[in-house]
Amino acid sequence: MARMKFLCDSERCIECNACVTACKNEHEVPWGINRRRVVTLNDGAKGERSISMACMHCEDAPCMAVCPVDCFYKTEEGVVLHSKDLCIGCGYCFYACPFGAPQYPQVGNFGSRGKMDKCTFCAGGPEADNTKEEYLKYGANRLAEGKLPLCAEMCSTKALLAGDGDVIAQIYKERVTRRGYGSGAWGWATAYKTGSSV
Amino acid sequence: MRLFHLKRTIWAVLALGVMIAFAAPQPAAAQQVPADEAALLQQLKGGPVTGRVSIPDVKSSVLIQPQGREWRETLEGPVKSFGGWLLLVTVVVLAAFLAIRGRIKIDSGPAGRTIERFNGTERFAHWLTAICFIVLGLSGLNLSFGRAVVLPIIGPEAFASLTTFGKLAHNFLSFPFVLGVLLMAILWIRHNLPNAIDITWIKQGGGLLQKGVHPPAGKFNAGQKVIFWFVVIGALTLAVSGYILMFPFYVTDIAGMQLAQLVHAVAGVVMVAIILAHIYIGSIGMEGAFDAMGSGKVDLNWAKEHHSLWVQEVRARGAGDD
Repeated sequence: MARMKFLCDSERCIECNACVTACKNEHEVPWGINRRRVVTLNDGAKGERSISMACMHCEDAPCMAVCPVDCFYKTEEGVVLHSKDLCIGCGYCFYACPFGAPQYPQVGNFGSRGKMDKCTFCAGGPEADNTKEEYLKYGANRLAEGKLPLCAEMCSTKALLAGDGDVIAQIYKERVTRRGYGSGAWGWATAYKTGSSV
Repeated sequence: MRLFHLKRTIWAVLALGVMIAFAAPQPAAAQQVPADEAALLQQLKGGPVTGRVSIPDVKSSVLIQPQGREWRETLEGPVKSFGGWLLLVTVVVLAAFLAIRGRIKIDSGPAGRTIERFNGTERFAHWLTAICFIVLGLSGLNLSFGRAVVLPIIGPEAFASLTTFGKLAHNFLSFPFVLGVLLMAILWIRHNLPNAIDITWIKQGGGLLQKGVHPPAGKFNAGQKVIFWFVVIGALTLAVSGYILMFPFYVTDIAGMQLAQLVHAVAGVVMVAIILAHIYIGSIGMEGAFDAMGSGKVDLNWAKEHHSLWVQEVRARGAGDD
């Protein structure tokens, strides 16, 4: 079984934010919530690079470990999902997440954050696949349709890769070899306790 | 000719530079941590990596905040084991104390006459705080230990509903709780300033360990003064750290909230342990003690044994006796 991962090649990312837009549109993500975002480091300076970031679906997911109601679960493909029925909106996963993935519809509103929302790797939630209930809570379930996450699928420079961790690491490795340099797979050391080398 | 040599030298130097520059990530990849990321993380000394985002949410400009892992490890490791052990030890010590010392009786027997110890306002402040604290304490413990203890018993759906209700209660009852503590502080602070009598009381172990030993004490003995100051300072700590968490990003960034959560958890569990001891001595641990906060009127002999100086003071004012 494939182990799903994201990899952002920061040498290729041009900060077009199409992945952010695609994600918002595909899942009809509410106003104020961004499951994916593009962060530009050293903006306008030497060594500027942009990285598209969302939930990395960590190996040993901190959100899963700290959740007081144990609402997270991991699919066979390593995708970290959660149940909005169980979530109490306490914010613990947000404190623990190294990537700022958990989002809340009402941040700053008297501790009543509402149900947490985050990137699902386009894999929906605990409800039956591709049902209306699943779509309303978690968005589209592209994985169940045999498709990969839309953010990576429609990335114009193919900076953002999503899919089997071994395959995307191999693609990245070949790129690094061909062009002679690479800046590492952002977040991999933190999320998977490994670099991009296969 | 010389120019050609110079050019070659420059190219060689450049090539060497490029090799050094770009060779670095590859051996680092073999060490399983990408060199750039490792270098940047090291440069930031584990702090967050922040950039710029085009979406109107400044918080999302933090790309990676590695200290999230430290918060998780601290909470799941030392904080939870400290809390669990502290509560366990407290309960065991109290049970052992009851088994060995037994219930502390009124040595000279009940007098049958009573003296007013706490008036309505004082009891209101106490019970307002007490009821809030019980709910706050239980919902707090549920948030920390419920997943391991309660969830397997009642199942995920019931546990999520219970915890949602507990979280709401925890948030809203914090306000009357703080009010109650403020009231108690105003009412009792002048009786809780440490003085010389406390030293004698402490030296004699408050008379807790031996029968028939009753060191003199005013309205509050040294033990009660310790509880008072723990409650005031503990509640202040809990209120400050709690309101930081209740209003995310109003006062502090995520690092501040992680620290506030740890402070809140430790202060909370310490307060629960102290209040367990307080509840014990105010109910099953000592005959006649509950009346002080129950009816507000205590037995005269109980008062003479435990708060001799206070009885003298009240009598000098010519009040209190029924």
